[in-house]
Amino acid sequence: MLKFITTRVLLSFLTLLIILAVVTLIPNVAPGDPARRIAGPTASFERLAAVRESLGLDDSIPEQLATSFTSLFTADFGTTFNDSSVTVSELIRAALWNSSKLVLLSLLLMLPLSILGGVVAAYKKDSLLDRIIVNVGVALSSVPDFVGGVLFLALFAVPFSFFRVTAAAPEGSGIFTQARFLLLPALTVTMVYFGYIARVTRASTISALESDFARTAFMKGMSTRTVFTKHVLRNSLLPTVAVVGTQLGFMFGGLVGLELIFNYPGLGRLILTAVVDADYPILRGGVVTVAIIYMVATLAADLVIAWMNPRARLALTE
Amino acid sequence: MTITDGLVPKTAANDGPAALSVKDLEMAYIVRGEPRAVLRGVTFDVRPGEAYGLVGESGCGKSTTAYAALRYLPSNGRITAGKISSGGRDLTSMGKKELQEFRATEASMVYQDPVQAVNPVLKIGRQVAESFQLLGNVSKSESYDLAEQALVRVQIAAPKSVMERYPHQLSGGMLQRVVIAMALASDPQLLVLDEPTTGLDATVESEVLDLVRHLRDETGAAILLIAHNLGVIRTMCDRVGVMYAGRIVEEGTVDEVFDQPSHPYTKGLLNSIPRHGLTKTDRELFSIPGTLPQIGTSLPTCVYVDRCPIVTDKCHSEAPPVVGKGFTHWTRCHHDDRIDEVPEPADTEAIDNVVDTEVIGVDGVSKTFRQRGGDVPALVSINLGFGVGETLGLVGESGSGKSTLAKTMLGVHEPDVGGAITLRGRPMATKATSRNEESIRSIQMVFQNPDSALNRSWTVRRILIRAVEKLTGVSGEEANERAVEVAKAMQLSERHLDMRPRQLSGGLKQRVAIARAFAGDPDVVVCDEPTSALDVSVQAAILNLLASLQRDVKTSYLFISHDIGVVRYLADRIAVMYVGRIVELATTEQVFAGPVHPYTEALLSAVPNVDGEASNRIPLDGDIPSPANPPSGCVFHTRCHKFVDGLCDVTEPELKDFGDGHMIKCHLEREQLLIITPKEKAGI
Repeated sequence: MLKFITTRVLLSFLTLLIILAVVTLIPNVAPGDPARRIAGPTASFERLAAVRESLGLDDSIPEQLATSFTSLFTADFGTTFNDSSVTVSELIRAALWNSSKLVLLSLLLMLPLSILGGVVAAYKKDSLLDRIIVNVGVALSSVPDFVGGVLFLALFAVPFSFFRVTAAAPEGSGIFTQARFLLLPALTVTMVYFGYIARVTRASTISALESDFARTAFMKGMSTRTVFTKHVLRNSLLPTVAVVGTQLGFMFGGLVGLELIFNYPGLGRLILTAVVDADYPILRGGVVTVAIIYMVATLAADLVIAWMNPRARLALTE
Repeated sequence: MTITDGLVPKTAANDGPAALSVKDLEMAYIVRGEPRAVLRGVTFDVRPGEAYGLVGESGCGKSTTAYAALRYLPSNGRITAGKISSGGRDLTSMGKKELQEFRATEASMVYQDPVQAVNPVLKIGRQVAESFQLLGNVSKSESYDLAEQALVRVQIAAPKSVMERYPHQLSGGMLQRVVIAMALASDPQLLVLDEPTTGLDATVESEVLDLVRHLRDETGAAILLIAHNLGVIRTMCDRVGVMYAGRIVEEGTVDEVFDQPSHPYTKGLLNSIPRHGLTKTDRELFSIPGTLPQIGTSLPTCVYVDRCPIVTDKCHSEAPPVVGKGFTHWTRCHHDDRIDEVPEPADTEAIDNVVDTEVIGVDGVSKTFRQRGGDVPALVSINLGFGVGETLGLVGESGSGKSTLAKTMLGVHEPDVGGAITLRGRPMATKATSRNEESIRSIQMVFQNPDSALNRSWTVRRILIRAVEKLTGVSGEEANERAVEVAKAMQLSERHLDMRPRQLSGGLKQRVAIARAFAGDPDVVVCDEPTSALDVSVQAAILNLLASLQRDVKTSYLFISHDIGVVRYLADRIAVMYVGRIVELATTEQVFAGPVHPYTEALLSAVPNVDGEASNRIPLDGDIPSPANPPSGCVFHTRCHKFVDGLCDVTEPELKDFGDGHMIKCHLEREQLLIITPKEKAGI
């Protein structure tokens, strides 16, 4: 077990270094000059050179990589280009916290709904209900999150004051108020993922239900309901866990459109702003953070799967 | 169809309602909205305490009948007519709750593949205990105690530790015992076994069958046994029904049906298996021409009409009556009086085919797999030689190293340094990839499963042309001509050449696989269980084909099989393997005349005999030892019934000559090997 985790962590770390190297090298090939933008269009060459020097833009490529890699270990990505009094770490911490709240609420809505949908569809396979769940799921998944977000705004936030157009609750709000503000973006995430996760759950539930061990359970004289709860679900949720694990990273860093529409200061928006402003320290810190979330989430999913599947679990502990 | 009722004797056991009564059962599968008949009026009774067998080729509806007995239908299956009842209760009209209770308390089932039949993520103990919990009135801890007792009852040695394990940690034979333990939890009146030993080793099979027999005596449960292996039915059942295309065509006691078959189909089935020590030099096996009609085919008269050798116009126009042949024996045939006209297979010319010149030799070959945690000697100093046109049968339990030997000969595995595979006395390169064309051509393989051995997106023609090109170097039109010629030799017709594997039946696919192997005129063909996935009638055709090819082109075979009857039919010599060693090497006559190695003796005694000859069963306790950790001295001493303390567990015996080249790896003398002293096994 320990060996498995160590290998995985070391491999993840290697991947992280490669990602970091790529992000670090971007400014060398990207158009535009952050120094020019900070110093203003009328700044003298001396002024520009000084700004460039202070931002570390003149460093050689090995020097840039060395700085980046060090920052990974110290978790200190320096200050932003725009404002030297604001550290990147502070910005990321705040954005990460916001994203976590959105992801958590989305998961709370999405997982029960889509798993239930998938299981019901499997149980009522080929029925009208099954077809509705599968087809509505596909239809909803094919709507981009930002389009869905706008739709929800128009449908809910405009006529009902319970729903808010912005996702960020005022400073110092309680947990329920915050949840209320986050409800629409979380519903949008649920809408996007429902079809996907429900379909994965449906497929694996059907195969577990048609398996020989489920047949054995039926032949023991078990009711359909007990067969589901005691034999089918444990086997059929494995693929669902794997899918959720791989999607988690995306939900942290990829909901850019949604965060923009609901004016929510999450990680995705932070990274987008960093790209637009050519604020490389934020970009580096943000990308590394999302990469780490990806890796932790997939590793966690693998461990959960191993825990649910004795064959994998025993292979790991041996 | 109530005619059978009068034929059934009213014995003591027949008092009260039948444990299972199936009356004129008709079932259909709904395919694209259309019902397709799969059972066409099945009628039989299983009386309390009786064991009733159903035999027939795959697709005849016997498993469908078995599942219908517990009213478990596939989602597209419908009972269209008839009645199923058990203990006087009508199953066809039972409600959901009632059916659950019936399955929980009165009837149980044992399945074909025990590995799939248990839940992979739950511990054994929990799954067995669950069967007791479903009986009601049992607390959780009581159910676990009962589960432990149930495992003791099915002769599992360490029930506590087995309960703590997960399915993947147990062998197939062990899991089948677990499944039987679950089935017996309710002390059922009816036990349905659907191919319970198919896929298990012969030795494990006989242990499981012994257990079922023993438990049947103990519980008095009625048994419905489904098997395609006629020997299993003969040794296990009182009465048997022969099924064809969804109908029982003959029924009677096992002795009546197997010794005086009265339906042409039964006779054909029995003629297609090698019985009474038949060998390839005696005569061919009978292969029923044609194939089973597909489900849903309209068969208004006799179901067997299209394949029957004694068919007349009457058979096409009138449904055959049930003809009583005795008190318990009946057949459904117009011409039961002409049953002797069913042609016997042709005698083969007895020619001495084997030429002593060695084509391929296996000289001192060992194979050690290097793994974490130590070396695994999978093959230990194997010496074998193949004469021209000779068949060497290779037998042994799973895990004895048969396939490893085959793969090493083919160059898939590289033997350890010092051993060599020789072609006409000259060593070949050890790896297939470094062998020259001549070496590759000279040794080819036929696999167990033609589905995965043939490229499914290629036509048969392309598969064969490719093999011809690879093996002989010819190309273009010449390769095509050769491919057509090879296909013809395999009795494949032109029209099969442009089909893809999935359009062919199992038997035809295996012919294509054999054609592929023969494309380059090989000297030796390694056949790894080539017929074990096939029905007996198709198996007969393949065995006939192999034997006739051998007569014509003098190919040698290494024939790996777990079916001793088939090996006896085809092999000139037999090699017996155990834990990577050859423990016996002798001609087929020598092996069956004895004396033999104690392991061979146990293997031979494990075969369920279709001829009904009582065999003195020698049980093999436990599992075959892992080659990673072989026992000291003679590797077989841990399971040997002739074990000599202080000798066998200390020194490994030599493979020595017991006369006329009969090689046996044993310390004992000829006289001691001849003594038949089966070890008593408690409870059996």
